[in-house]
Amino acid sequence: MTGEIASLTIAAVREGLAKKRFSAEELAREALSFAAANNSKTNAYLHFSPERAIAAARRVDEKLARGEDPGPLAGVPVAVKDVIVTQGVRTTAASRLLANYVPPYDATAVIRLEQAGGIVLGKTNCDEFAMGSSNENSAFGPVRNPVAPDRVPGGSSGGSAAAVAQGTAVVALGSDTGGSIRQPASFCGVVGVTPTYGRVSRYGLIAFASSLDHIGPFGRTVRDAAALLQAIAGRDECDSTSAFAPVPDYLAAMDAPVKGTRIGLPREYFRDASSETSRLVMKGVETLRSLGCEVREVSLPHTDYAVGCYYIICTAEASSNLARYDGVRYTGRSPHSDTLTAMYRNTRGEGFGAECKRRIMLGTYVLSSGYYDAYYLKAQKVRALIARDFAEAFRDVDAIITPVAPSPAFKLGEKLDDPLEMYLSDIYTITGDLAGIPCMSVPCGTTGEGLPVGMQILARHFDEAGMFRLANAYEQAAC
Amino acid sequence: LKLTETEVRYVAALANLELSEQEVRRMCEDLGEVLAHMDKLNELDTSSVEPMTQVLYDAEDTATLREDRERPGIGQDDAVRNAPSARGGLFKVPKVIER
Repeated sequence: MTGEIASLTIAAVREGLAKKRFSAEELAREALSFAAANNSKTNAYLHFSPERAIAAARRVDEKLARGEDPGPLAGVPVAVKDVIVTQGVRTTAASRLLANYVPPYDATAVIRLEQAGGIVLGKTNCDEFAMGSSNENSAFGPVRNPVAPDRVPGGSSGGSAAAVAQGTAVVALGSDTGGSIRQPASFCGVVGVTPTYGRVSRYGLIAFASSLDHIGPFGRTVRDAAALLQAIAGRDECDSTSAFAPVPDYLAAMDAPVKGTRIGLPREYFRDASSETSRLVMKGVETLRSLGCEVREVSLPHTDYAVGCYYIICTAEASSNLARYDGVRYTGRSPHSDTLTAMYRNTRGEGFGAECKRRIMLGTYVLSSGYYDAYYLKAQKVRALIARDFAEAFRDVDAIITPVAPSPAFKLGEKLDDPLEMYLSDIYTITGDLAGIPCMSVPCGTTGEGLPVGMQILARHFDEAGMFRLANAYEQAAC
Repeated sequence: LKLTETEVRYVAALANLELSEQEVRRMCEDLGEVLAHMDKLNELDTSSVEPMTQVLYDAEDTATLREDRERPGIGQDDAVRNAPSARGGLFKVPKVIER
């Protein structure tokens, strides 16, 4: 089955197990060796978890042998971003500071995907502490885009996107604070979903910016990404910010017709209408129109303030969340210190990479005495205006469609020396996080150079089902 | 816009972050450039806008409260296992008090 492993779907795994073409253990072993053999092409995985994977696969095989339901993700090889903790399996956040950290507990999302029968193959590369848009901020080397190896896979969940695109995992978990699932999904040509804020428990997600952090799925199809979300979504007592709203059956609702769905195109996101990216997204919109969707223009007037607003809030929260890496509890400690304060400072100075330091500094600055009102409080007010823009638009439309990023994957090193330019490239994805609404990237074609482009679909709070229905209808019509 | 080296060193001290001379000079420019972009928010009159302190909350205020029942924790041994230096279930740090 070596030939097909890179293009497996969840349905194909289920069928293979049912027809006894392979056991879950055989599939896990083959997936592990395929992923290990191909990892040097992309550096998508930081490390593998073979013992855990084989043990989980054996549990699936035992259930099958007893005639029990092994779960909706039975035997499915899954990659997990290395900011999501796994008991007994090293979790580094792609930081030197956590290079040897072995968590004493599992994230809720990992527990749930394993309860559904999923097999965690290993942990994927990312920007350090999920801070970046290119995966170049990893302490363990950048990830290469499987579609174009001289280009970035996007970030920060670049390893998870690359693994799914490369076929070294069927689905993957990522995290998204300002676009870190959708932008790499777009750059690598896979589906990436940022669910509603609170839809998935963040218990066990290494915190970056707590009012913006999400865990979400990647898949090669809308259906597979939705199936992984189905397994991990829902209230969790261990995360008080997780939502109580019941989780609908995403797959059951997926094939309903989209005729009459009202789609809004925000004019602020299509200013560069002549770009290849805009044209590919518009082609996708035309496909949905041909399926009976109504398309109209909407306005999200505070869009231009989103980057400033986002980088105030996320750096402020990051500076607070990263204060815990002080050399006392989490593995990394500078050996060159004889006082406690020197140990703190040297540990952090030697341990954090350039982008983390930049964000800690920005966040500390905007929270420092005399600046709180001018920056953090102001940004929280502007965030309310951005959220209101969406609430008003959603009175007239059921979904909003935009590009995911202004351009396709850029070259490795191209933006590394210009932090502001890198931040500005997040413009289309950060607004969804600021508003807390569900949003996703669906592949909508490739540029003349063969680079994938993603179409972003945004929906009302907790309307993942409606969002998946549109994405699935487009995916079916386009292929 | 650039921050001064004095400002950068003050903020680095607040953040317990040791920076090299080269990093300090680079921060003056990088932070200045990003902060100048952030100042764009002042174009907006937000005097009548309530800050968004809660992203989304879909239940009663008391919904997250639970019964106070005993549950096993992770235990001292596991809790200190990742510490760079520990002894007897405690974290060890450099001396903070002179005898």
